[in-house]
Amino acid sequence: MSDFIKLRNIVKVYGSGENSFLALKGIDLDINVGEFVALMGPSGSGKSTMANILGCLDKATKGSYFFNGVDVFSLNRNETALLRRNYIGFIFQGFNLLARTTALENVELPLLYRGVPKKQRHERARQALDMVGLLEWGKHTSAQLSGGQQQRVAIARAIASNPLFLLADEPTGNLDTKRSVEIMEILSNLNKQLGITILMVTHEPDMAQYASREVHFRDGEINTAEAVLR
Amino acid sequence: MIFNAVFLALRQISRNYLRAFLTMLGVIIGVGAVIIMINLGNGTQAMIKEAIESLGSNLLMIHAPPHLNPSGTTKSRYFTMKEVETIEERVAGIKAVAPVNAGSAVAKYMNKNVQTSVQGVTDGFFTAVDWKTAEGRSFENKEYVAGTNTCIIGESVRKNLLGDTPAIGIRLKVGSVVCEVVGVLESKGQGGRGNDQDDIILMPLKAFQRSIRPNNSIYNITMIMVSLNEDVDYKAASEQIAVMLRHMRNITDKTKDTFEIQSTKEIQQTVEKSIGSMTAFIGAVAGVSLLVGGIGIMNIMLVSVTERTREIGTRLAIGALEKEVLLQFLVESATISAVGGLIGIVFGFFMTLLLSAKLHIPFTFDVKTATVSFVFSGLIGIIFGYLPARKASRLNPIDALHHE
Ligand SMILES: Nc1ncnc2c1ncn2[C@@H]1O[C@H](COP(=O)(O)OP(=O)(O)OP(=O)(O)O)[C@@H](O)[C@H]1O
Ligand SMILES: [Mg+2]
Repeated sequence: MSDFIKLRNIVKVYGSGENSFLALKGIDLDINVGEFVALMGPSGSGKSTMANILGCLDKATKGSYFFNGVDVFSLNRNETALLRRNYIGFIFQGFNLLARTTALENVELPLLYRGVPKKQRHERARQALDMVGLLEWGKHTSAQLSGGQQQRVAIARAIASNPLFLLADEPTGNLDTKRSVEIMEILSNLNKQLGITILMVTHEPDMAQYASREVHFRDGEINTAEAVLR
Repeated sequence: MIFNAVFLALRQISRNYLRAFLTMLGVIIGVGAVIIMINLGNGTQAMIKEAIESLGSNLLMIHAPPHLNPSGTTKSRYFTMKEVETIEERVAGIKAVAPVNAGSAVAKYMNKNVQTSVQGVTDGFFTAVDWKTAEGRSFENKEYVAGTNTCIIGESVRKNLLGDTPAIGIRLKVGSVVCEVVGVLESKGQGGRGNDQDDIILMPLKAFQRSIRPNNSIYNITMIMVSLNEDVDYKAASEQIAVMLRHMRNITDKTKDTFEIQSTKEIQQTVEKSIGSMTAFIGAVAGVSLLVGGIGIMNIMLVSVTERTREIGTRLAIGALEKEVLLQFLVESATISAVGGLIGIVFGFFMTLLLSAKLHIPFTFDVKTATVSFVFSGLIGIIFGYLPARKASRLNPIDALHHE
């Protein structure tokens, strides 16, 4: 199962002409099922750009991306959306929870778009909240939750639909060490117990400790010298 | 999918009632303002029309405005019975001629007294101005001939002077004479100039001339009303009368006329013309307020969708299809516009009711206006809720998410 995710010569150019900026300079990357990859590197090295492409939120300028055997860049908008809906969970750095919406409703949302019936939807959302330890907080809106709690709701939302692949862009970026450790425990458990493949962007070596592999970026390229395999 | 979209849309509205209300406000104001304006305008026009029609339909009114005498003073030269009779004999197509002598006097009953307009009239008066008695009777021929002190009173005089006392047979003191009430006129309400037409006492012309304004002059008629048959050309009749009067008064120069002839037909036509331009004006103002309301809706919609681009990004990122997001926004803006439009109609209806009562304008409600403004504002709401949402939902999810 070495070809779960296969990136070849991924190039990303932002802007055009004079102002164009080469953010990714031809990335080759493979990720196997069940891996927990930490994507590291200095600020501006292209980590988020890479994560967005992997999460099918953005398209590369050049290159190819095979997800579970599917040629992602050949899909149209709707097909890409369905791929995200059914197989990919994304945890954003800024949480991106809906305002004035309760934790439970936020977690239910991807299931709603999947057309899961109400009762089942409710049940699965509660399970997901339980996994991140927020069962009691289901009725609270984002404004009534702390940053760590919001991040956990975002994780619950990403895993409620049982994705094959979970992407997390700096999931602990806004949190103190104690909260960060809690989040990492959750991610680690998801990886070990449910077998979800995870790619996590981070620049904290402590957090990268939880991953099974470290990939280092520098100026839009992979720095193989820094790679770590545990 | 439709069920989901409706569910999401209604839930999203319920999350932020203030925003929904602000969006609706544009629709409410647009629709409400148009309804109030058009309906009050229609009511005013109906009122003016009615007031003019109460004058009688094809009537000439011959007045004697004050004019400069050779001696340097101004004075009205009133009309003689001879002039009245000549007009009656010579002009074709006359329904009735009504010489009137008008003045004002104090009317007394028991310990109450009121200042009111008193008019001496002949039988032709009732035909000319199309007025009937509501109670009692009109004057009889012998009363005109003898000039008996009998009178017919207007509704306001009856109310103010007599109250609940039965009017017929009562003796009033009008000026210095006692006169018996034989009839009460039906109420005519306000006249074209906002005057109370029911504040009046009628007496036989001869009685008036003898008792109210004693006068030995033969020029003892202040105004002549000539009611023409409907098909008679008022211009020709008026010109014929003018020629006759000039002849009898030895006037050679038109500009030195000592009389003036007005035609209700002419007044009607003038007013109808100004009503026409008033309708156009109100239509324009209503159009502008609809437009202003529309721009209001547009603004709020644009602002709120810009605000919500991140929400759209989030929905797209977790796997919503473009058309699902769009359907949700479509249902949201349609619901808000429809509810706002309905509130606007109800608001406009009651404001029109209230204002027309306060301004003494007859209440009218035009369903077409309500429908047109409802549809227009609704469409603006839907279009401007939909277009920005469409723009946002076509973005890359990541660009929508990073939208500032
Ligand atoms: N939408 C964009 N338009 C233009 N340039 C962009 C855009 N997004 C990112 N970039 C540029 O691409 C480069 C890589 O950005 P990216 O966000 O991937 O960095 P990163 O490794 O995630 O950094 P950080 O650790 O600060 O989050 C940066 O120099 C950035 O300025
Ligand atoms: Mg980043």
